[in-house]
Amino acid sequence: MHGGGASLGDSSASATRITPGFALRPEDIALAAKQGTARPGADVAEYALRLGDDALILAQRLGHWISRAPELEEDVALGNIALDQLGHARSFLTYAGSAWGKSEDDLAYFRREPEFRSAHLFEQPNGDFAATIARQFIAASYQFPLYRELAKSSDPMLAAIAAKAVKEVDYHLDHSTQWVLRLAGGTEESRRRMDAGLKLMWPFVGELFEDDPLTAKVGDAGVVPSSLKEEFDRGTGAVLAEAGLDVSGHPMATGGGRQGRHSEYLGFILAEMQVLAREFPGASW
Amino acid sequence: MARIVQPAGQPAPTNAPNAPDAPASNDAAGQANFDAIIAKDSRVEPKDWMPEAYRRSLVRQISQHAHSEIIGMQPEANWITRAPSLKRKSILMAKVQDEAGHGLYLYSAAETLGTTRDDMMDALVAGKARYSSIFNYPTVTWADMGAIGWMVDGAAICNQVPLCRASYGPYGRAMVRVCKEESFHQRQGFEILLELAHGTPEQKAMAQDAVNRWYAPSLMMFGPPDDDSPNSKQSMAWNIKRFSNDELRSRFVGMLAEQVKVLGLTLPDSEIRFNEDTKKWEYGPLDWEEFKEVLAGRGPCNAQRLERRRSAHEDGAWVREAAAAYHDKQLAKQAAEQKAAA
Ligand SMILES: [Fe+2]
Ligand SMILES: [Fe+2]
Repeated sequence: MHGGGASLGDSSASATRITPGFALRPEDIALAAKQGTARPGADVAEYALRLGDDALILAQRLGHWISRAPELEEDVALGNIALDQLGHARSFLTYAGSAWGKSEDDLAYFRREPEFRSAHLFEQPNGDFAATIARQFIAASYQFPLYRELAKSSDPMLAAIAAKAVKEVDYHLDHSTQWVLRLAGGTEESRRRMDAGLKLMWPFVGELFEDDPLTAKVGDAGVVPSSLKEEFDRGTGAVLAEAGLDVSGHPMATGGGRQGRHSEYLGFILAEMQVLAREFPGASW
Repeated sequence: MARIVQPAGQPAPTNAPNAPDAPASNDAAGQANFDAIIAKDSRVEPKDWMPEAYRRSLVRQISQHAHSEIIGMQPEANWITRAPSLKRKSILMAKVQDEAGHGLYLYSAAETLGTTRDDMMDALVAGKARYSSIFNYPTVTWADMGAIGWMVDGAAICNQVPLCRASYGPYGRAMVRVCKEESFHQRQGFEILLELAHGTPEQKAMAQDAVNRWYAPSLMMFGPPDDDSPNSKQSMAWNIKRFSNDELRSRFVGMLAEQVKVLGLTLPDSEIRFNEDTKKWEYGPLDWEEFKEVLAGRGPCNAQRLERRRSAHEDGAWVREAAAAYHDKQLAKQAAEQKAAA
């Protein structure tokens, strides 16, 4: 057996991540853009950038939980959700970047804070497990109908990315819903923490459903944010009612992420995420 | 993809933790049956009688292995948020998550021997359990992600492939699943180093530095030299261990010596050579004093690793308690509903 144990070959897969048949990899999207079969216009690219940034920043936040979760099963579960979000981010950013001749990494690592388009919700710190679950519950309750509708987009690439993403976000919604119910109905302490987590995160719901000139300009290629609000209210309302939690008194914060005005947290997130890439500009990894 | 959504706070499923009910260890028929299984090189299953020393030895080995998977997440998790490309970030996240899965399989295998995951975890956070010393070294550069994958996961594969045939069934079967994923990890690590080695001069230097630092600790993962390894003999007699520490180490060195050429890097050991007479790879002396220091808790990161595990466990206690309380309430509710319906 001397002279070579393991063989060296394709390493883009992991045994715990079985790539489904309908998978649309960022590499495929980049190739399609290069061949000119799918390149977004400026407005669609801007729109894709928003979706990509939300998912990227959320993945960055969730990734921090891996090796710190309350139970090994949650290291795995939160890791899965982070990986899914990162996958969505890579697809949206690759597609957006193809309009400007930029790669996913150009966009993730070499943009400055005001050039990011993430909503404030996704930038919020993890806090305790309940705060993370609150953020995740809101995120999934928003992303699920969003991607379901976006799967009908007049832009075939956005539709394809969303069709894949919605299947994964369906699980994220189930995961966070189960935890909201469990924490609310568990112990006195867990209920207090779940309540506190929602109080921290709920103010950032409003921004997610704000329409602006861009969402109007993309038309049938995108989804009008305000059109999703009713379903969000109904879905979260039913879960919160079952959990006996009340969010009606939480005020909405002013957003601004879509215009590049961010929370105090984003600068730190980017400093950490971008540090190595910026130390070696132009390097390949 | 693997989605383990078992609620926290519930015990992991165990196959047949019938240890407490097993016949006394002087059961002659049981011993004869056990001896026959070992002689046939067949498998011992949880329901079979087994000598107490065999059970204890397995619990120690499997739980140490599980702890190593869990503590081993930390040095790599250290780079998830800073991975220099999104593709690498994704691969690294998946890898660290795989290690959590390995810990889960192994804790489940150990539970079939009559111990619980909670007890094992308590022993770990109390500093009473061992895990692989390699994880007490720091990951100071991105190239460490490559060196760990290539060398540490590589050493793990050399150690673990023979364990797929370990005489205890649940352990052997857990190792089959683990080994499949470890070989992905090794390739991914190799690929990181390959990319760096073909990158800028600074990147190449970063890769060489990481290989230099991880080389000796990875060789020491196979355990002390054969003449200083008291448990090995019994373990081999029980068909748990199949090859000696030095035998496996020598094979591993051979693998590194071949693959490092593809990388265009070097190993920090000028005495590596293939001995045509013995047909074995040889290498220079290793610093076993350092090994013993790290094992004794005096490595660079021992306290940090344990503290992180302890704080994650303790900070998560309220979550596990909540899940258990919720689960109990649901059961009570169901029982009340059934009673009302009857
Ligand atoms: Fe592993
Ligand atoms: Fe591994």
